[in-house]
Amino acid sequence: MAEETLKVPTMAELTAAGESPEILFWVGCAGSFDDRAKKITRAFVSILNKLDVKFAVLGTEESCTGDPAKRAGNEFLFQVQAMTNIQVLNGYNIKKIVTTCPHCFNTLKNEYPELGGNYDVIHHTQFLQELINQGKLKFKGGAFKGKKITFHDPCYLGRGNNEYEAPRELLEKLDADLAEMKHCRAKGLCCGAGGAQMFKEAEKGNKEVNIERTEEALEVNPDIIATGCPFCNTMMTDGVKNFNKEGSVKVFDLAELVMEAQDV
Amino acid sequence: MGISNILFIVLLAGAAFLFYRNFGKIVRNIKLGKDLDRSDQSDVRWKTMARVALGQSKMVTRPIAGILHILVYIGFVIINIEILEIVLDGVLGTHRVFAGFLGDFYVTFINLFEILALLVLLACAVFLIRRNIVKIERFWKPEMKGWPASDANYILFIEILLMSAFLIMNAADTVLMNIPYEDISATSLAHYGETGLVNPSFVVSDFLIGWLPNDPNTLAFIERACWWFHIVGIFAFLNYLVISKHLHILLAFPNTYFSNLYPKGRFDNLASVKKEVEMMFDPSIDPYATPPADENPAPVTFGAKDVSDLTWKQLMDAYTCTECGRCTSVCPANLTGKLLSPRKIMMDTRDRITEVGNNLDKNGPDFKDEKLLVHDYISAEELWACTTCNACTDACPVNIDPLSIIVDLRRYLVMEQSAAPAELNGMFTNIENNGAPWQFSMADRLNWKDEN
Repeated sequence: MAEETLKVPTMAELTAAGESPEILFWVGCAGSFDDRAKKITRAFVSILNKLDVKFAVLGTEESCTGDPAKRAGNEFLFQVQAMTNIQVLNGYNIKKIVTTCPHCFNTLKNEYPELGGNYDVIHHTQFLQELINQGKLKFKGGAFKGKKITFHDPCYLGRGNNEYEAPRELLEKLDADLAEMKHCRAKGLCCGAGGAQMFKEAEKGNKEVNIERTEEALEVNPDIIATGCPFCNTMMTDGVKNFNKEGSVKVFDLAELVMEAQDV
Repeated sequence: MGISNILFIVLLAGAAFLFYRNFGKIVRNIKLGKDLDRSDQSDVRWKTMARVALGQSKMVTRPIAGILHILVYIGFVIINIEILEIVLDGVLGTHRVFAGFLGDFYVTFINLFEILALLVLLACAVFLIRRNIVKIERFWKPEMKGWPASDANYILFIEILLMSAFLIMNAADTVLMNIPYEDISATSLAHYGETGLVNPSFVVSDFLIGWLPNDPNTLAFIERACWWFHIVGIFAFLNYLVISKHLHILLAFPNTYFSNLYPKGRFDNLASVKKEVEMMFDPSIDPYATPPADENPAPVTFGAKDVSDLTWKQLMDAYTCTECGRCTSVCPANLTGKLLSPRKIMMDTRDRITEVGNNLDKNGPDFKDEKLLVHDYISAEELWACTTCNACTDACPVNIDPLSIIVDLRRYLVMEQSAAPAELNGMFTNIENNGAPWQFSMADRLNWKDEN
């Protein structure tokens, strides 16, 4: 992927210039710090830049939504994080938030309102879908022609918030063969990272969850495993490596695939 | 009124009273849970109940078990109409009281009941085979040893026996009802000829007639024996419900009505914590001020350590669980050999609330045993294996939510016992200190902008 300079305005900069963005891009901790997830962040911003979407990030004013603390049972830490973030977001009068992380998406959308944070929150796959519907986002024909792609449903996008279509509609635009796994959509199997499992060793068992899920993905012989969550991405990438398939099977976020296929 | 009518009325009243009393205890136990408002959106709630409980919409995701279950369910609901007639006959001392009103339709109805009875019987036989011969994995998990396995088999056996009694009763009765009336009009069998049915025959039980003896008095004995066995069996079964997983036939309805209507990804924000955090964020509040006198001084537990810290809905979930194990069979932790089984979470919760209720009855309201739901029933190892993926709540045919109990128990471990796994404590510290679950500086949050 070509090196490019990204335009990433912060809310502080826009506010100083007396402007306000259409959307706030909530990057999330993985998207900010994880080397693999940063590529997803950059891909998404690259799409936004090419389409001249007026967005901003919080930059150093962004802090963890509190999702992993909440799922792990530390409600206190979660609510402190939430209240802190809500003060910042309300201070900037944020109305619409898009995020590349289903965990941030779920927390901001469902758990912040009761604490005083009311925003229109969407996942980046939904936002990209909106851009297609508005006729802004267009695709070069056949970018992924002949490639077999399987989609791994992130739990907090799918079962958690009933969004199964947006990612699949995006994949259809790529001209790829969409192959569904044995367990998909509402029956999709977790990658193993949720509920704060990402940050700890698994309990004693006979297998890792990501290996089980990767097996299901490899059963359909995909060229690409697509997902819409930085944590799923890590788990599936590790799973593919475990089967020594990293040469033939790639794990990509939908933002990365869309960036590749985008017609500019 | 004969002696048999009196006996019947006594049995009916006794069964009804016993059920009322024991079911009342379950309702009382459920009310030991904490308040939760699920009184909103009644239109959506009725629709959810109609779709999920009445319409069995989540059962058919597994077609074989789903369709067989629907047969048993329809059979159960419709055959209850016949039970109404049996109860009326028992009380009034009549024989087939509806026959006189319904005429030819009566035979059609009984034919329908017989077909359903046969289907129920066959479905129960297949269920027994699936459990005990095919040994479907979800019925053989560790939590299914002992009583839960016997309970399931007892239910299926009882249903087979009840349906058989109904069919044999009809077969014997058919022969008796077809004896020319003048042959029995002067005997104790006269009422068999007084139903108003002309040469009745029924579609399933006719095939059983060949196995029955010919002597009218023996046939009458078989008919009465089956009649009593069937109805007393139903009285007994009603009272078996309250100690059995089979209670789901009643609680599935309120339990789906009171379903969680929020997106599954949303976890509740603990109100007790919210108060504390709001105080932290509000500079005008004096944290050292004496609380107003009317405030409830009872100490709050953050999260749940025992069943009384759970909500009434979580306790209703526990009593509604019929241990089908669909949750456990889709749980990523269980699939990969971890100790966690969402079904066991529900069974433990029910066992514990039953124990707490029994203590209450035996030892009064002030009695406390030394046990807790967490640790004594559900181990920390089980709780920490959950990925909060919601596969269990999606799979449950009656909208039970094991995940909310897991999270409430985790909250207790973390906030009251500081007993999170060490790595998670590290993650908490990172979020506290630098706003991310990893050890990166907040100042570096935007570095990705210039990295390729």
